[in-house]
Parts: sequence; structure tokens; C-alpha cells
Amino acid sequence: MRAALTRPQRGQSPAVTRTRPDRRQLVRWVVTAVLVLFALFGLPQLISLYYVDTMTQVAVYSMVTLALGVLVGRVGLVSLGQVAVLAIGAWVAARLLFATTQPYPLILLEAGLLTLVAGVLIGLPALRLRGLYLALITLMFAGAITVVLATVNFPNGGTGFLGYNGSLLHIPPIRRPSIASGDPAYYRYSVIVAIIMFALVFVHIKTKPGRAWAAIRRSEPAALAAGINTTLYKLWAFALASFITGVAGGVLAGAVHYLYSIDFPTQDSITLLAVTLMGGVYSLWGAVVAALLYQFLPALLNNWGVSADWLIILFGVGVLQVLTTSPAGLADQFPKDMARLGRALRGRFLRGRFRPPPAAPAAPPAAGSTS
Amino acid sequence: MIEVTGLTVRYGGVTSLDGMSLTFEQGTCGLIGPNGAGKTTFFNVLSGFVRPAAGTVRAFGVDLLSMTHFRRARWGVRRTFQTEQAIEELSVFDNVAIVHEHSRLGAATRKKDVLAAIEFTGLDAVAPDAKVRVLTAGQRRLVEVARAVVGRPRLVLLDEPAAGLPDEETSHLGEIIRRIPEHTGALTILVDHDMSLVSACCETTAVLDFGKLIASGPTGAVLRNDDVIRAYLGVA
Repeated sequence: MRAALTRPQRGQSPAVTRTRPDRRQLVRWVVTAVLVLFALFGLPQLISLYYVDTMTQVAVYSMVTLALGVLVGRVGLVSLGQVAVLAIGAWVAARLLFATTQPYPLILLEAGLLTLVAGVLIGLPALRLRGLYLALITLMFAGAITVVLATVNFPNGGTGFLGYNGSLLHIPPIRRPSIASGDPAYYRYSVIVAIIMFALVFVHIKTKPGRAWAAIRRSEPAALAAGINTTLYKLWAFALASFITGVAGGVLAGAVHYLYSIDFPTQDSITLLAVTLMGGVYSLWGAVVAALLYQFLPALLNNWGVSADWLIILFGVGVLQVLTTSPAGLADQFPKDMARLGRALRGRFLRGRFRPPPAAPAAPPAAGSTS
Repeated sequence: MIEVTGLTVRYGGVTSLDGMSLTFEQGTCGLIGPNGAGKTTFFNVLSGFVRPAAGTVRAFGVDLLSMTHFRRARWGVRRTFQTEQAIEELSVFDNVAIVHEHSRLGAATRKKDVLAAIEFTGLDAVAPDAKVRVLTAGQRRLVEVARAVVGRPRLVLLDEPAAGLPDEETSHLGEIIRRIPEHTGALTILVDHDMSLVSACCETTAVLDFGKLIASGPTGAVLRNDDVIRAYLGVA
């Protein structure tokens, strides 16, 4: 009897599990759309120019952490050279912006593609390595790029291949797109570029490369045994991450107007990895959280007159916490905590509110009136 | 049909396979031997993870060693691993369908094939879109078997698929393993320490010891062979 009762339920359960994610997904899409619209139209009206600039940086660095998240979270490749890749993108974009009058989106695309080529060239030998060794090689690369940048400098409107002229008295700012020359407009522009990059990664994750990456991260031999060309897909991840970081570099060039090699220190790559892990590498929201930690938090502390150096300690503790208790990062933990909080509050609220009904006498008349 | 001659694999100073030669004709064949006999190394050679120092491997008339690992998998060498390797974040369907990512078949044909493989392993009781992370250890093993039998495999290598499974799940798995050749037409090689599983599934069995073949033939006769009893099953 009991078996007969439970069986149909078991038969239904696949259908139930299938519809539930659908509703949850719908909610997720709606929330995403609302947040994006708010970020584009609401936020710039509400905050001062100081924070508009900060949020532009957040948009830029959300692309960088997004790319790093693809490498670390999706494929399991730890790169400590992302700041150098960002610098390459910024350099290429700055050079092209000074040298040509091409439209800004085209320049971003070119910066992305040239950075992609650089990333793949570095990736080719690096792909034979994994884990600590890959991290070391990419860190060395970042260090090398920093040294190179310190000698060649960023383009400042000079001539020649490097586009740098040390004797210039008046240094022209790196131009912005004509439709987005003001700070709030450029902020919106950055957010839109970031959304395109997030969409690019989303499409990758949901299709063939995403599944291949998942297989590679789980086990490379098992991926090979399923016929997956692991070298191709790892290189693909490197290429995608480099492209996105290159585009981010291009957006950064316009955001700051003047680029200096000192803004791309090697150790920032390590901080970037830390915040990316804290934000959460398994979800796209994690990249946004990471960028907020990386750019918004220091700006906030600066504004309050607190030294941003405290953040290094906070990030250290944060990474420890993530690695020990919440491997999927804040983007995974925060909604769960909120849901738990909501449940706890609701439980308390409902218990308080609906305590009268158990005092049953009122119930029978109600039943009578409905029938 | 697979013909192996003089296969030698060395890891530094250790000789794992020592000029091994054997032939498996068809159906489900057992490969047994003590730990360190070279069974998994043999599988790793067949799937291309280990390059042998010497020897040839011909499978269905093709020189296997001339292909790189992932191309061998596409050609039809499939395997499971001693430690279960199902991808937790993907659904059962996607775990199996990953084999078809590179195939030129139409989407509908692929889907049908994947669902057939899932049904073959008896996993259709679980929703195909259920994530692997909610499955039991036994069900994950079945996901791996489904991944090995989907899309016309020629050679199915099962490396201790029943390790750590309770008896009833082992017998269900044995039932499936026995039917792999007729379902797929593939030659199936089973490595396991569970002799009742091997004798239930395999018509023929080969025994390795110290990287050499010490016996092969019908399973019943091999398990009664004195050399085999001495080397592996224990002196009775």
C-alpha cells in the first residue's frame, strides 16, 4: 500500500524538478534585467561623479574578473598574469586611439583581438603546465610585461610604433567615443560593453565549450576518453579570457584618459585572483561581486578616510573563508544566506501573526459559510 | 578483435608491461591479475595516455598506437576509470552527450542515441536532466558506463566498475556489462577483482602477472588454472 502510494510520486518527481528550476530561472532573469536597467539608468542619477568614476572602474574590472573566472572556475587554470593582459589591451587601444580615427567599438574589438593573439601565444607553452606551475609562469609573464611597460611607456600621442614622446609638454588625453564623452555617459558605455562580454561568456558556458570545460575541470583523462580535444578547449578558454581582458583594457584607456605603467603592478594580479575567488568563480555574478570588492570597496574606504591597505588583510581573511567554508564564493553564499534569513524572519513573523487560528472555535462557522 | 604483441611499458626503472601479447576475439572479455600486474597500464596504452616502449596494438585491423588519445576515443575506444569521473555540475544527459559533441550526426539522432544509452544502463528511472551531483555512487558508475556505450564504440574498457558497490548494484551492473557487446557490437574488456562478476560476465578471461600474460581462455578453465590460483587467487 505504501509502495503504491509512493510510486506515483516518484514518477512525478522528474516533472516537478523540471518545472521548479524554470520558475527560479524566470525570477533570475527578471532580477538580472531589473539590476541591469538600474545600473544603466538609475544609479548614475543617484551617485556623485566620484562614485560614477568608481562604478566605471567596477564595470571594467568586472570584465577582468569575469575572464579570470572562466579560467579558474570553468577550466581550472590558475592565471596570475591578468593585470599584464589588461595592460596589453589598454596599450593597444591607446595606441590605436591616438593613431587612427576609427570608431571606438572597432578599436575595442581590435584591442580584444590583438590581446587574444598575445594571450594564445603565452598560452601555447603554458598549457603543458597546470596548477602551481601555470600560476608561476603567468606571474613571471606579468612581471616581464611590467618591466617592458616601464621602459616603453604607454602611448601619449607621440609618433612611431610605440607612440611615446617623453618631451611632450601638453599630453593629450586618450579620447572617448563621441556619444559618451561625459563621465555618466561613459559609465553607461562601459556597462553596456561589460554586458556584451558577460553575454559572450554566458553563451560559451551554455554550449559546447562550456560542457567541454566542465569535463576538463573534472578530469582531463576522462575528457580525453570522451573524445574531447582538451588542448583546443583550454586554448579556447585562454583566447576568450584574453579577448575579454583586452576589451576591458580598451574601456579602461578611455575611462582614465592617461595611462601609466605604475597602474599595472604585478601584485595586483594576485589581488585580482583573491577577489575573484571571494566573489565566486562558478557564477557570472561572482565577477560583479569581485569587481565591487576590488574597486568599489577601496573607493568607499578612501571616501571615509580609511586606508585602503586594510583591504589586503580583509581579502586575505576573505579568501581563507571562501576556501574553507564556501568554495563557490559570495555570489553563491549571499543569496543562500538571504534566503535563510528570509525564512527565519518569515517563520518568526508568521508564528506571531497567525497565532490566533489555533484557537479553533472560529473555524467551523467559516467552513459552514463557504459550503 | 584486438591483437597485442610484445607490449612493453616502463615507468623509469619499473617495468609495468613486459612484452605482453594477447588476443581478444569478441564479446565481453575479462582481464584479471594481482595489483600492479599492469591491467590499468594496458588500458592506458589502449586509450593513448601511456606511450609503450615497444609492441604493437591492432584493433579491428587498425593500428591503434598511431592515433592520439582523443581521436582514439572518437574512433571508438571508450573507457571508465577506477575512480568515478562523472561531471557533477552537468545533467545525466549532458554527461553522456559529451561524447557526441564532435560527431557529425544530426541533433535528433544524437539525442535518440544518448537516451538509448541512458535507457540501456537502466538510468531512465532517474530524470535525464537530473544533475549528477544528486546521484548515488552506483548511479554515477552507470552514467560512466552510459558514456562508454553511447555512439558506436568499438572497444569498451571497464576499469573496476564494481569497486565499492554493494552486491545488488554489482549484479545489476553485471547484467548490463554482459549485454554491452550485443547492444553496441563492441568488444568489451572488464578489469575487476570481483571474480563472481568476471565469471558472470565474461566468456573468456586473460590473466596478467608482473606485466606478462600467464593464462587465457574460457573463464571457467582459467579460474581453475593452477598458475592463476598460485599467482592471484591464493593457494587453496
